Amino acid sequence: MKNIHRALIAAAGVLAVGVPVAAWAAGEYKKPEEYTWSFEGPFGTFDQAQLQRGWVVYAQVCAACHSLEHLDFRHLGMDGGPFDQVQLPGEDYYTDFSADPNQNPVIRAIAAEYMIQDGPDEFGDMFERPGRPSDSIPSPWENEQQGRSANGGAYPPDLSVITKARYGGPEYIRSLLLGYDYEVPEDLEVRPGNYYNPYMSGQVIAMPPVLFEDGVVYEDGTAATVDQMAADVTAFLTWAGEPHMDARKSLGFIVMAYLLFLSILLYAAYKVLWSRVKH
Amino acid sequence: MSGPSTYEPKTGIERWLDSRLPIVRLGWDSFVDFPTPKNLNYWYTFGGILTVCLMVQILTGIVLAMHYVPHVDYAFASIERIDRDVNFGWLLRNIHAVGASMFFLAVYLHIFRGLYYGSYKAPREVLWILGVVIYLLMMAAAFLGYVLPWGQMSFWGATVITELFGAIPLVGGPITEWLWGGFAVGNTTLNRFFSLHYLIPFLIAGVVGLHIWALHVPGNNNPTGISVKSSNDTLPFHPYYTVKDGFAIAVFLLIFAFFVFFWPDALGHADNYIEADPLVTPAHIVPEWYLLPFYAILRAVPDKLGGVILMFGAIAVLFVLPWLDTSKVRSMRYRPMAKWFFVIFLLACLGLGWAGAELPDKMVPGLEAIGVDFLLFGRVLTIYYFAYFLVILPVLGFVEKPTERPASIDASVTGGKSAAPAAAPAE
Repeated sequence: MKNIHRALIAAAGVLAVGVPVAAWAAGEYKKPEEYTWSFEGPFGTFDQAQLQRGWVVYAQVCAACHSLEHLDFRHLGMDGGPFDQVQLPGEDYYTDFSADPNQNPVIRAIAAEYMIQDGPDEFGDMFERPGRPSDSIPSPWENEQQGRSANGGAYPPDLSVITKARYGGPEYIRSLLLGYDYEVPEDLEVRPGNYYNPYMSGQVIAMPPVLFEDGVVYEDGTAATVDQMAADVTAFLTWAGEPHMDARKSLGFIVMAYLLFLSILLYAAYKVLWSRVKH
Repeated sequence: MSGPSTYEPKTGIERWLDSRLPIVRLGWDSFVDFPTPKNLNYWYTFGGILTVCLMVQILTGIVLAMHYVPHVDYAFASIERIDRDVNFGWLLRNIHAVGASMFFLAVYLHIFRGLYYGSYKAPREVLWILGVVIYLLMMAAAFLGYVLPWGQMSFWGATVITELFGAIPLVGGPITEWLWGGFAVGNTTLNRFFSLHYLIPFLIAGVVGLHIWALHVPGNNNPTGISVKSSNDTLPFHPYYTVKDGFAIAVFLLIFAFFVFFWPDALGHADNYIEADPLVTPAHIVPEWYLLPFYAILRAVPDKLGGVILMFGAIAVLFVLPWLDTSKVRSMRYRPMAKWFFVIFLLACLGLGWAGAELPDKMVPGLEAIGVDFLLFGRVLTIYYFAYFLVILPVLGFVEKPTERPASIDASVTGGKSAAPAAAPAE
C-alpha cells in the first residue's frame, strides 16, 4: 500500500513536472540524432571558439530560466575553459590567464555585468554589488518555488551536469533543442503550456522552443542559425559538466603509455626468469 | 608458515629484532621464500590484483573524504567541487568510482577461479569462508559508497535496499527506522552511511590479513587440485610469482586506466548526476552492475520476504559450499560432468545480471516466440543457481567418474615425465 502510494506520488510528479526520468533506451522515445563533436573520442578536445559562442547562447537564452549552480565565473577562465586565453587590447598575441582566472579581464567583465547580493554589511544590511570572478553564476530564481510558479509548475533543471545526467548526453541535449518541428501524433494530448518534443521522456516538454534564427549575435561573425546555436550551447554545457575533460584525456595517454611499457618490461622479466624452470 | 622458516637474520639489528618481534621473518616466510605450486596460471593472479584494488580504494577514499561533505544539502555539490576545484579531484573520484567496478570484476574472477579449481575444499574451508566474508563486506561498502554522492540512484537505491529489512516479520519496521535514524532515508542516514563506508574497508583489510594467513597454512591450491608432495612441485613466491603477479597487475591497471581516463561514466548511471529528490522516483531503479544478479534473484519471488530470504540465501549458500560438494577431486579439470555444470552456472550468473538490469515484463530478445520475459528468465536461472549448490554438486560426487589425474604437480607440468635427474633427489 505504501509503495502504491509512493508510485502514485511519483507518477504525478513526473507528469506535472515533466522531469525526464526514463530513457529512449526503453524504446518509447525518439533516439537522439547523431552528431560529430570536436570533443568526441579519445583524441577529441573542446573547440574554444565554440565554447565561447556556447556561453553567449547560455547567458542570453538559457540563463533566463536555467541555473548553472556548480559553476563560478572564474571557471570560465580555468585551463581549457572558454576564456582562458585572452587577446588584450593593442596586442596581437594571446595571454594565458588560466593560472589565476580572477585576474582575467574577460572574466572580470562578464562577472561585472551581474548584480550579486552580498552582506550583511556592518549595519546588518544586505547590499548589491557587481559580480566578481569568484562569485557563483547566479540562478535566475530566488528559490525553486519561484522557478516553478513562473513555469507552470515545471522547474527548469540546473544545467551544470546536464549532459552527464541524461541518456544520450550531448546528442540528446542537441536533439531536444532542435526537436520542436515534429508533427504531434493524433493520440497524444498536449496541454496548453506544454510542447511536443519526441526526444523528451513522455514526448511532452514544458520548455518552449527557445532558439530562433539570429537570436544571439556571435562576436566571431559566425551565422547564428538555430543548428549552430544548438550545437554551440550543447558543447558549452558538455564542457560545463566536465571542465577537465581535455586534461583527463591527455593525462590518460601518458598513463596508458607508461603502463604499457611497464607491462612489456614485466612480461620480459617474467619470461626470462621462468625460462630457468620447468613449468 | 608451511614448513620450517628459512629466514636467517644477517645483520645485528635483524638478529636483535628477530628475537623480539620476528616481523621480518614473517614477511620473508610469507612473501619471499613461501613455497608456491609452480603450475599456477593467470587465474591465480587475482589475489595480488585484489590487494592492489583495496589499497587504491583506501588511498583515494581517504583523500576524497577530506573534501566530501556528508550532508543532504551539500553532498552533491561537494562531489562537483571535487570534480572541478580540487587538484586532480576529478582523477581521484574517477579512480574511486571506476575502482569499485574493477574491484568487483577482479573478485568475481577470483571467486569463479576458486569454484572451478575446488579451492574451497578441505583443507581450505576457512580460507573460503573468510573470502565470502570479504565479499559480503565489499558489497556493503559498495552499496554505502554509492549512496554518498546523493544522486537520484543513491537515494532511491538506499530506499529500496533499506526497505528490504521491512520485510522481516514484526521487527522489520523498527529495524528499518533504526537503520535510517528516522522515518525515511535522510540526513542521519547519509551521515551514518558515510561513517560506515569509511569503516568497512579497514574491516576488509583485517579479514584479508586472516584470509592470507589461512592461505599460508595449507598453501595455495593449484589448477590440478593435487596437494604439494615434494619441493619439486613448488617455487619460492619471490621472484617467480612476484614478477608474474606484477605483470598481471600492470595489465589489469591498463584496463583500469582505460576506464578512468577514456570512459569514466560507462559503468555508472546517468540518473546519479541528478541530485536526490525524495518526491521524484526514477522510472527504473537499478543497482550497480555487480549487484544485478542478486537484484534478479530478489525479484524472482513474488513475495517480498521470500525474495529477501532467497537473495541473502544466495550468499549464505556459499558459506556451506565446502560441505555441499561431495567430490573428493578438487579441480574440475578432472571432473568431466562438473566442468559443464560449472560453465552453465557461470552463464546463469551472467544471465541473472542481465535479468536484473531489465524490466521484468520485457521479453528476452530471441525468446519472444516462446513467451519468455525477464521475470521468467530470472526465475529459471535462480532455480539453477540454487540447484547447482544444493543438488548438482552434492549428487555429482557420487555419480561422477573423475578422469585420471597426474601423479604430482611436477608431473603435470613436465608432461608426465619425471623432473630432470639433478632436481630429483630421493626425499
